[in-house]
Amino acid sequence: MLSISRAAIAAWTVGAALICASAFSATSPQPAGAVASSADPAAASGVPFNAATSAEFRKGASTADHSRFRELDKEFKSGPEVTKACLSCHNEAARQVQHTKHWTWDVVNPENKKRLGKKNVINNYCTSPISNEKDCMACHVGYGWKDGNFDFSSEENVDCLVCHDTTATYRKLPGDAGHPVYERKEFPPHSGKFVEAADLKKIAQRIGKSGRSNCGACHFYGAGGDGTKHGDLSSALKKPGKYLDVHMNAEGLNFTCTKCHQTSGHQVAGSRYQLPAAEKGAAHIRGKADAAPEACQACHGNTPHSGRLSLLNDHTARVACQTCHIPEFARDPIGTEMSWDWSTATKMGPDGKPVVTKDSAGRRAFDTKKGTFVWDSYVIPEYVWFNGKFDYKAVGDKIDPAQVVKINRPEGSPAGDDSRIWPMKVHTGKQAYDKVNNTLIVAHTAGEDDTALWHNFDWVKAIGAGMKAAGLPFSGEYGFVSTEMRWPIAHMVAPKEDALNCIQCHSPDGRMKNIGGVYLPGRDAKPWFDWGAGVLSVLIFLGVLIHGGIRYISTRKGV
Amino acid sequence: MAERLFIFKRFERFWHWSQAVLIVVMMLTGFEVHGFYTLFGFGDAAVYHTTAAWSLLTIWAFAVVWQFTTGEWRQYIPSLRNVDVMFFYYLFGIFTGASSPFHKSATQKHNPLQRLAYLAFLSFMSPIVWISGLLYLFYPQWPAWGVDNLLALEWIALFHTFGAFLVLWFFIVHVYLALSGPVAHLKAMITGWEDVE
Repeated sequence: MLSISRAAIAAWTVGAALICASAFSATSPQPAGAVASSADPAAASGVPFNAATSAEFRKGASTADHSRFRELDKEFKSGPEVTKACLSCHNEAARQVQHTKHWTWDVVNPENKKRLGKKNVINNYCTSPISNEKDCMACHVGYGWKDGNFDFSSEENVDCLVCHDTTATYRKLPGDAGHPVYERKEFPPHSGKFVEAADLKKIAQRIGKSGRSNCGACHFYGAGGDGTKHGDLSSALKKPGKYLDVHMNAEGLNFTCTKCHQTSGHQVAGSRYQLPAAEKGAAHIRGKADAAPEACQACHGNTPHSGRLSLLNDHTARVACQTCHIPEFARDPIGTEMSWDWSTATKMGPDGKPVVTKDSAGRRAFDTKKGTFVWDSYVIPEYVWFNGKFDYKAVGDKIDPAQVVKINRPEGSPAGDDSRIWPMKVHTGKQAYDKVNNTLIVAHTAGEDDTALWHNFDWVKAIGAGMKAAGLPFSGEYGFVSTEMRWPIAHMVAPKEDALNCIQCHSPDGRMKNIGGVYLPGRDAKPWFDWGAGVLSVLIFLGVLIHGGIRYISTRKGV
Repeated sequence: MAERLFIFKRFERFWHWSQAVLIVVMMLTGFEVHGFYTLFGFGDAAVYHTTAAWSLLTIWAFAVVWQFTTGEWRQYIPSLRNVDVMFFYYLFGIFTGASSPFHKSATQKHNPLQRLAYLAFLSFMSPIVWISGLLYLFYPQWPAWGVDNLLALEWIALFHTFGAFLVLWFFIVHVYLALSGPVAHLKAMITGWEDVE
């Protein structure tokens, strides 16, 4: 009897040990198995899969191994040749891309029919790509846009690789009109650093879904340098820690850009021209048509706080999630550019030659070609009512040089419920303008020709060439005007522990100091009322003290 | 000859003291949220204030039923009779060591001034605080209720603060007068029994 139960226990123990061992052996081939499996939705949801073969397939791997396609097994001479090969199977891809603003750089505001998009608006950094296409189009999803005669209908000019390269070896440099590096090249010029020619065959054979580096190649480096433009986008997001971005945290959720900017038929969700600033209602159920998947509300809903924190849900009708959950932007040493003053451009160094200086953190501070720059990190945003739309200055629009020119003006107001309080980066600067026509100008900056500002350092020639390319008049007289541009802050979402405290807004000198149209407890008491009621309170208190004092004295005498 | 009278029933005493604690908590947290000082921290103050509000409303719901089922609501029927006597007592008599002209009983728990004061508390101060407070609390629902264009949070908040000051003033005078009388009055509020001379 005893021996039977012992045998049973022994058998059970051996069996349990085997199960444990097999469980461990199943996970052990994966490095950092515990973290990887917990972040893997397929594993977490218990989808049955063969553990033995799982290591052979990356998560989200394609069903096609492009290295085995005959179409890609050849030496490509140019980008367009690769595109032709891609299109031989993906025969709708180019036409899809051609319907996106990644291709057109042209957006029509549906409300007032004003033409926006990078081709038409002026920004507060490099100002306009017009007449500078050879440089600027390093960030165009196409090949060969070098002047005003680019063929937007040419399918082979669509650049598939820039968004689908997984080797991180595909680079497009300024000066090449969107073509990748075909021959080994010194870059930046005279720097002694070289960029290798892209191995187009290898890159084509290893293409995949767009990752952070693909989007980041342009969006992290906008305005000519890491972190320069947006304030909430920089190369720090390639592999951020939780502190910098809870969603993209490489050790945690590890979101790619397209997790939120969901893409269908090459249309990427999310636009600065029409931003979902005030989404309402519960989180979206999978499968439901999703108007704005990039909005926080799409996943979190409008009442994301529970329990003790549920009072915070009262804010969502007025305050954008970003306002509390991105307490500072550029939260890394890379920082972001806060000001670009073109009026000092063309000033030579003491030896009469162009000069470039850096600030103490190694970021550009002055460049004879471009002017003076101011940088900052860990920046507190400005807060404004914002309904997702900007009123943009486009090329040729009139300005009032006596005032700071708002390159874009966020629209929105506390009235109604289409606006929320949003955090913004404010980028200031000075730009050249036409003193007679009162318009901002288009300058021909980049290039090696005689009219290029960065070659000849002659504003009149540069503006003349730029305005001619833009089809606009130039009087010949130019000056500089102060400008401002605003950028909505939506990335670099901090962990909840780092979100704003109540008192950072609910106090007289808090972050909401300049926000009107809403009553904020802790900020908006009426001094006349508080003084009146306070004085009355003191008088009443004194009254009972005096009454008590007299009572004490008189009754003591009476004793 | 000393006599013991049972004045305040168990629920009445519970109502009084729970209300007292909650009102003190709400004054402390409310004035903090208003911005007068920092004590609990804004967030905690707001949470405590809201929790205390719902607690007090719940107790009040029971109290209202209790008042009507027991007939105790009659204690608050106002009358001007002898108000002047009470008034002059507090103005002069109290200083001469004279005893209060009012004699408490189970059917007359409050002196004529108290009756008026408590009636004012129940029918004037409380509604100001509760109506403004609930509108304040349900501010996010205003658009859904269709009152978005009729109300301004600014004025609701001012109204609420006004109510809070009324309660503060009531509190100061009430506590003072409670402490100015014989200890027997306080004891009655705790044990229910009052020793009457």
